[in-house]
Amino acid sequence: MDKYQTFEYDVIVVGAGGAGLRAAIEASAGGAKTALVCKSLLGKAHTVMAEGGVAAALHNVDTRDDWKVHFRDTMKGGKFLNQWRMAQLHAQEAPDRVRELEEWGAVFDRTKDGRMLQRNFGGHTYPRLAHVGDRTGLEMIRTLQDKGVHAGIDVHMECTIRSILKDGERVAGCFGYQRESGRFVVFRAKSVVLATGGIGRCWEITSNSWEYTADGHAMAMWAGADLIDMEFVQFHPTGMVWPPSVKGTLITEGVRGEGGVLLNSEGERFMFDNVPEMFQGDYAETQEEATQWVQEVIAGKQATVRRPPELLTRDVVARAIRKEVRAGRGSPHGGVFLDIASRRSAEEIKKKLPSMYHQFKELADVDITTDPMEVGPTCHYMMGGIRVDPETQQSTMPGLFAAGESAGGMHGSNRLGGNSLSDLLVFGKRAGEHAAKYASETNSIGEINADEVQRVAGESLKPFDDSDGENPYTVHEELRTVMQNLVGIVRTDEDLRSALGEFEELRERAAKVKVDGNIQFNPGWHLALDLKNMLDISEAVTRAALERTESRGGHTREDHPGSDDEWGKVNNIVRQTDSGIGVFREPLSEMPDELRQLLNSE
Amino acid sequence: MAEEATVKIYRGDNESGEMVEYKIPLVPGMVVLDAVHTAQAMQAPDLAVRWNCKAGKCGSCSGEVNGKPKLMCMDRMDKYPDGEPITIRPMKSFRVLKDLACDVSWNYEVNKQIPAFKMQDTGGEEPKFSQEEADRVQEFRKCIECFLCQNVCHVLREHDKKEEFGGPRFFVRAAGLEMHPLDDENRLGLLKDELGLGYCNITKCCTEVCPESITITDNAIIPLKERVVDEFYDPVKKLLRIVFPK
Ligand SMILES: Cc1cc2nc3c(=O)[nH]c(=O)nc-3n(C[C@H](O)[C@H](O)[C@H](O)COP(=O)(O)OP(=O)(O)OC[C@H]3O[C@@H](n4cnc5c(N)ncnc54)[C@H](O)[C@@H]3O)c2cc1C
Ligand code: SF4
Ligand code: SF4
Ligand code: FES
Repeated sequence: MDKYQTFEYDVIVVGAGGAGLRAAIEASAGGAKTALVCKSLLGKAHTVMAEGGVAAALHNVDTRDDWKVHFRDTMKGGKFLNQWRMAQLHAQEAPDRVRELEEWGAVFDRTKDGRMLQRNFGGHTYPRLAHVGDRTGLEMIRTLQDKGVHAGIDVHMECTIRSILKDGERVAGCFGYQRESGRFVVFRAKSVVLATGGIGRCWEITSNSWEYTADGHAMAMWAGADLIDMEFVQFHPTGMVWPPSVKGTLITEGVRGEGGVLLNSEGERFMFDNVPEMFQGDYAETQEEATQWVQEVIAGKQATVRRPPELLTRDVVARAIRKEVRAGRGSPHGGVFLDIASRRSAEEIKKKLPSMYHQFKELADVDITTDPMEVGPTCHYMMGGIRVDPETQQSTMPGLFAAGESAGGMHGSNRLGGNSLSDLLVFGKRAGEHAAKYASETNSIGEINADEVQRVAGESLKPFDDSDGENPYTVHEELRTVMQNLVGIVRTDEDLRSALGEFEELRERAAKVKVDGNIQFNPGWHLALDLKNMLDISEAVTRAALERTESRGGHTREDHPGSDDEWGKVNNIVRQTDSGIGVFREPLSEMPDELRQLLNSE
Repeated sequence: MAEEATVKIYRGDNESGEMVEYKIPLVPGMVVLDAVHTAQAMQAPDLAVRWNCKAGKCGSCSGEVNGKPKLMCMDRMDKYPDGEPITIRPMKSFRVLKDLACDVSWNYEVNKQIPAFKMQDTGGEEPKFSQEEADRVQEFRKCIECFLCQNVCHVLREHDKKEEFGGPRFFVRAAGLEMHPLDDENRLGLLKDELGLGYCNITKCCTEVCPESITITDNAIIPLKERVVDEFYDPVKKLLRIVFPK
């Protein structure tokens, strides 16, 4: 094993987004010798791209808000499939986690009396998102990064972890390669935290970067840990649709939070006709009411009327847009219109949404202060993920923890905007704390199985030997097309089954892709290795989606359009079995009465 | 619009390399990074390039396009004249690892030297400050660490003073901390000595390239220089320091 560089830590955190950084800071503060590993440079993780804000019931803007309302909104948004205990902890602890960022130097936008300003977002009853214009994620990641720099954490940048190493049933570390040199690395550790983010690169149209190849999800599953809620994928309603170069790039929900409206080609505000039964009576019913709400909010008052239907949850808005386009009422490039120009002054738009202004001006030749944007759904966020214990974030495998987008359960079938950044902080901290505790209670570090390391290393180098295989980029593009067409926003039994057939074929092709060049900084090789993760997790999503014969949140079945009460009582668990990837039903845990009452109170 | 563009991309490492030509089918709205990705997917799968957001938010894709420092994801192909080849090189001031990726680790080392934010004692009160006070530091906190300013600053580019000079990116960072309404730390000694603020002769090249439009020189560097002068060269303060050493 001398061939590999070997490091030894108490806690190793895989992923340096908000969740990983927050976990590493906490683990280190808990006395653990901690390292952080990430695929990109530090500070470039997905978290940096988050725009709209971080949700926390600080009640700085609307004093009626508190954790209970946040809890209810989150559960309602997730159509009650959320792990209630996670949703509760999240709502209770988010305010402290956000204030803590301020203590570490973060500079959020201010209210008139000098406190953190909060903005409206879909599904949140009150203005709840602390934000910095439309670059909240940058502020968050930089604050955590600068905090982490002084916390004595070792950072291994541009290093990709390929597998979890085990000693019997517990974790012993992980194995990966340095992207630059191509050299293999073994990290020995008492506990491992996976904070690897999402899986969006499995789809063609996505707001996600090259990093989102489902690594953490796949590694956990291969190691024997459970995944949960894998059928629930969030398609954000407002991605760019034109020009092709930026198809899928995100437009923050903040545009609608600031008063932006959705229009079809006939100029109708179609969201008024798309309020689902569950939300009847919660949203404005006339243009006047919606306009009044915006005016009150802009004036910094507590709203006295109901919010515009554009601020319904994302699953609802995405489906409504798809419906308009299918009915022939779409925009020229197959989306609908999002208009802020007629609602706010040019100056306000530039101040509140500077990067949206810039992004459209530079990349689409559209001035959003005078013209509407064209928008359509884009694959954005993975609700499903590694199944964890709500208190400790430990997975079903001893010593393996997970936090952030790679962990599942918190958001149920649909995530509310802003609830991810807060999730990263709340559960990142918990994961770090408990990973350190686990490490300190573990006497000896697990033994590394040299044969296993040898096997993964050999498998990793195989693409260099295949001289007549295909280009990995081609196989990846085809997988993305299959997922887009057959496992997208609206699904059917037939499509899902044919996707499974396609995976068989793609798997064979992926096993023989070839790569050119050598092992140094070779993106073709890296992609060749990522194909397996993406194929396995695409299959996990598809199998879970096939099982769930109802529509709920991010999962819509054309052949089972309604929600089914029986399905409302169970989560799907995905697990690697001897005969392949299996799906198992697990009843939701019983919610205490006082929380149940919160859901019913209005 | 032409149907095809020619790009010449640097292939190689720090020791040796060459400009390799690729023909790229043009698509509406295409940016330089798309062209690089097209070359990668179709002809050069091992071509090294960094990117993440593809929307000017992460600062990963810095390079030099036709000799000009750029975020490749925000640089439209249709801005360049039809038919003329576009050259794409890595940033010059850093060692090339491979192709368009260079070794920017030095920047992370400089960052480590800057003391963290230290919250003033608010006596347990909720910290408060106005949006106007926030605006001032938020300008600096917009930095996406693309390191293009570091790349063009002559102190680094021509004189390679990486040992003695922190560079504009870190003056921006220090300014963001020093002007933070709630910060209680003093970084002026560090700026003067270790980060070599004095080497900057206010050429403003950094400000010109900043994709976030941060007014690096006027808003960060000059005020910091003034503070350093007040702190170290103000006769009254000097006397006080002699009488009351820290
Ligand atoms: C454009 C955009 C805007 C958004 N806006 C908002 C918003 O306003 N509010 C909100 O709440 N949410 C928002 N989200 C969602 C939110 O940003 C993400 O869900 C969140 O940042 C994920 O954080 P994370 O820490 O889990 O993962 P990330 O920040 O994605 O970090 C993942 C880390 O894991 C590393 N990694 C992955 N695989 C490996 C591997 N195999 N080996 C080593 N390292 C690995 C990566 O390098 C990276 O460092 C937005 C998302 C996008 C894409
Ligand atoms: S103004 Fe100063 S820091 Fe900026 S490029 Fe010129 S010398 Fe360098
Ligand atoms: S200051 Fe501007 S140019 Fe310099 S690193 Fe930051 S964003 Fe880039
Ligand atoms: S890819 Fe993020 S700035 Fe270009």
